[in-house]
Amino acid sequence: MTSWNPLILTLILFVPTAGAILITLLPRQSNAIRWSALLVSLVTFALSLHLPAHFVYGQQGFQFESDRVWIANPLIHYHVGVDGLSMWLIVLTTFLAPIGVLASWKTIGERKKEFYALFLLQQTAMIGVFIALDLMLYYAFWEMSLVPMALLIGMFGRKNGRAAAIKFFVYTFVPSALLLVAMIWLYAHTGTFDFVVLRQMRLGGALNFSATAGMFLSLAFLLAFAVKVPIFPLHGWLADALSEAPTAMAMVLAGKLGLYSILRFSFGLFPDESRRVAPILIALGVIGILYGALLAWVQTDLKRLASYSTLSHLGFCVLGIFSFTIASTDGGVYQILNHGISAGALFVLLGILYERFGTYEISDYGGLAARLPFFSAMMVGTALSLIGLPALNGFVGEFLVLSGSFGVHTYWTAAATLGVILSAVYMLSMLQRVLYGEPSTRVLALGNGTPNGDLTLREQTAMWPLLILIVLMGVLSPYWMRAINALYGSQPAQVQAVNHTMKAGE
Amino acid sequence: MSWTHILPELILTIGGILVMLTESFLKPRSSRFSVALLACLSALAAMGASVWQLHAPAGSAYWGAIYTDAYSSFFHVLIAAILLCSLLVSADYFRGRMHRGELYALMLFGATGMMLMTSASSLLLVFIGLEISSISTYILTGFRKDTATGPEAALKYFLLGSFATAFFLYGVALAFGATGTDNIYTIGSVLVLNPSPLAVVSLALMLIGLGLKISAAPFHVWTPDVYEGAPSPVTGFMSTGPKAAAFAVLLKILLVAYPTLHPTWSVLLWILAAISMTVGNLGALLQNSVKRMLAYSSIAHAGYILVAFAAGSAEGVAAASFYLVSYAAMNIGAFTILSYAARYEERAASFSDFAGLARRSPFIAATFTLFLLSLIGIPFTGGFFGKFYVFTAALHSGLVWLTVIGLLNSGLAAFYYLRVIATMYMRSPDEGTALTLKPMSFGTATVLVFAAAATLFLGIVPSHVLDAAQSAAASLTASPNAATTAPAAAVNPAP
Repeated sequence: MTSWNPLILTLILFVPTAGAILITLLPRQSNAIRWSALLVSLVTFALSLHLPAHFVYGQQGFQFESDRVWIANPLIHYHVGVDGLSMWLIVLTTFLAPIGVLASWKTIGERKKEFYALFLLQQTAMIGVFIALDLMLYYAFWEMSLVPMALLIGMFGRKNGRAAAIKFFVYTFVPSALLLVAMIWLYAHTGTFDFVVLRQMRLGGALNFSATAGMFLSLAFLLAFAVKVPIFPLHGWLADALSEAPTAMAMVLAGKLGLYSILRFSFGLFPDESRRVAPILIALGVIGILYGALLAWVQTDLKRLASYSTLSHLGFCVLGIFSFTIASTDGGVYQILNHGISAGALFVLLGILYERFGTYEISDYGGLAARLPFFSAMMVGTALSLIGLPALNGFVGEFLVLSGSFGVHTYWTAAATLGVILSAVYMLSMLQRVLYGEPSTRVLALGNGTPNGDLTLREQTAMWPLLILIVLMGVLSPYWMRAINALYGSQPAQVQAVNHTMKAGE
Repeated sequence: MSWTHILPELILTIGGILVMLTESFLKPRSSRFSVALLACLSALAAMGASVWQLHAPAGSAYWGAIYTDAYSSFFHVLIAAILLCSLLVSADYFRGRMHRGELYALMLFGATGMMLMTSASSLLLVFIGLEISSISTYILTGFRKDTATGPEAALKYFLLGSFATAFFLYGVALAFGATGTDNIYTIGSVLVLNPSPLAVVSLALMLIGLGLKISAAPFHVWTPDVYEGAPSPVTGFMSTGPKAAAFAVLLKILLVAYPTLHPTWSVLLWILAAISMTVGNLGALLQNSVKRMLAYSSIAHAGYILVAFAAGSAEGVAAASFYLVSYAAMNIGAFTILSYAARYEERAASFSDFAGLARRSPFIAATFTLFLLSLIGIPFTGGFFGKFYVFTAALHSGLVWLTVIGLLNSGLAAFYYLRVIATMYMRSPDEGTALTLKPMSFGTATVLVFAAAATLFLGIVPSHVLDAAQSAAASLTASPNAATTAPAAAVNPAP
């Protein structure tokens, strides 16, 4: 099977594109559209499992590499490869795809063809971002990921999809322009876009520029990524886009693309500069945690609540990765994965609610637990994972982040700990208002013309893998940490061991 | 054999005359298929001749008045392709109304002028080419006498265009006064030996004249009205063809005739580029008409190309040439959509006319989206690599701030292009005054598919065209008698 290694990433990358092309050729009303979308995303997921199965732990550098010249002048390579960081992000992406298809099964009635074709294109773009090791290739996928996302938000949004889509696009596109300037500047000074080469030059001291230029470059990189995460105060697009986005898009919209890019490119190419701005980012991350949590507390709309809780949770990732200790980085990266799964589960559950009741208003609900016991149990599990209950995945990430950063940024970490409490406050009060108490009229009317009962087989199929992972990642974290730890081998300058950190996951 | 150096021009002229002759035998109401076919065939033949020229050795003819090389042939091929597309779209657009052979003849003559501009090495011949192409486009702009806007636009274009050519001619005269020659290549070598203050004035005057033609701000005021008033296929034609020719001439004049003044014109172009990008984009943001929006956006695109000019290096020339090709592909595509959607009635004026187009015609909406994404500069489209090369060249020449301005501008531009996409995909057809779409003719469909394929091709495998652009640039900067190319390190007036 090893002969597959150089090819596998390309396959994972383009199978969704092929699927998208196939879907555009299918007849408009055909049922085959969603089945083929499901099939394609399952195949992609199966292919991506090749990565953890054949990943060589402890080996430095990138694996499954493939490097060809794409354009001779300027020299742009089709250079792809993964390390411990991107491997799990790819698997996470491909894992969420079939769940996204299942979650959209019923809600997308009209214009299925557009939806699933764009959905699969979006897959390609996201996977491309994670595997590209050439800055231009990376940028191409980075920008490409915007288009299907914006179109999907706009076409399948709730009320203000169009405005949210344009806001999302412009918010991300404008800083990307600066990113492009920085990338071309690097190329103009080095003659290469290759990340691996550039990093070696940078670490080996072969790539030197003035302190000012370095700062401007690193800020251009960081700004583009920070908007995509988003990091407070650049989160203006988040609540609108997330609350408008169809479930399948809300699951993947925030977090991992931006955070991954910070870890890979900002830290990889500008280690010193990143360290210099770290205190500011720590502060912004913690403000984001608290601000997001407080805003989530006062929301009356379930999806907006989930959006602000996303902002809050991503703050932990920011705190973790910018503390530059082994434990906190482990925790930050782990938290990216956790967030993908737990927030994904939350959005699927909210979508299920919306399918039945057609509303996200918290006040329209109440007493669901009696009518939808399965659903409610899953909702509670997901919420507990987001709160960070021990033995569930969220705890591992948050604990590592907080313990790792406590030694370096004591006060900010102490403030961030408040965020954990706040997240329990808003999540539990949401659960209380939605699941318990007196059943509302809508809940009582359940079954009159709406899908009546508890979770259907399709919904269960979508939810169980997520819940199982929530538990597994809580109790078996070393399995994932192994690969994440390999990061330090490949990026030694990023994380300096701070004396009193614990070795994560061991 | 001197005539081989003007073969494409010769073919187009003969084609134009034949079209006129054939036209005079046709009854007013009869089909114009024959003249359209004749025009298309001559455009094809001219394209073939240009491709042949591209591979033929460089050389001058007619006592040095013409000089064909990789550079001029590159633009000949481009102009011939633009001409062919415009002819096909016009044949569809004008069918049944005002469908006259003159239309085709004028387009052929216009393209002749443009080609002559790019291969002329005598400034007087450049002027003649400029006039031939301008007069044809004036008439084409007002070709629809049945509207009020058409003749108005034509008159505006004519008045301002005449100013432009007058400025240009004055510049030519002063250049002759300063150097005793009107040959671009000789001017360069004379100025190296005898710098003259007159040269600066002549350069400035020519810059104003050509600046009006390429609609660079602050000489852009005519553009929105004229582009809006002209029939859509003509707008597509004149926003790409004459522009490409004027850019080609401007590059040639700057790099070959005035390399000694590089510090001066680099600063001037820096300013022109920054103003054009900003004015174009801000203007486009405020428009409610798609056609007018595209007119303003063409000002902005002229600004992007001027960024490559300001770089002033061989790399900049290649970047500008590549940009002109990709711009031609996407702009012809966009105006073809407008011509098709609007038909003769010139509907599709406002954004709301496009509401829900994606539901009724997914193919049209998807191709239009492709062109708009390319105009934004999204990767995997020609527009992306156009911008990429331009800004790489600028950064290589140290124009950091101009690059930042340019790319921020392209971020701004995303907003208004996106509005069109959003309208097509995210509004329902009943919200606007929905367009009635008729079946697409073979010609229009061919042009659309061709433009879309070219846009994607330039975005995925740009190397072929870039190689051609680079050899064109190399040929320009290494022309006989030409002074050495401009220094790579340009002056950066920004802080």
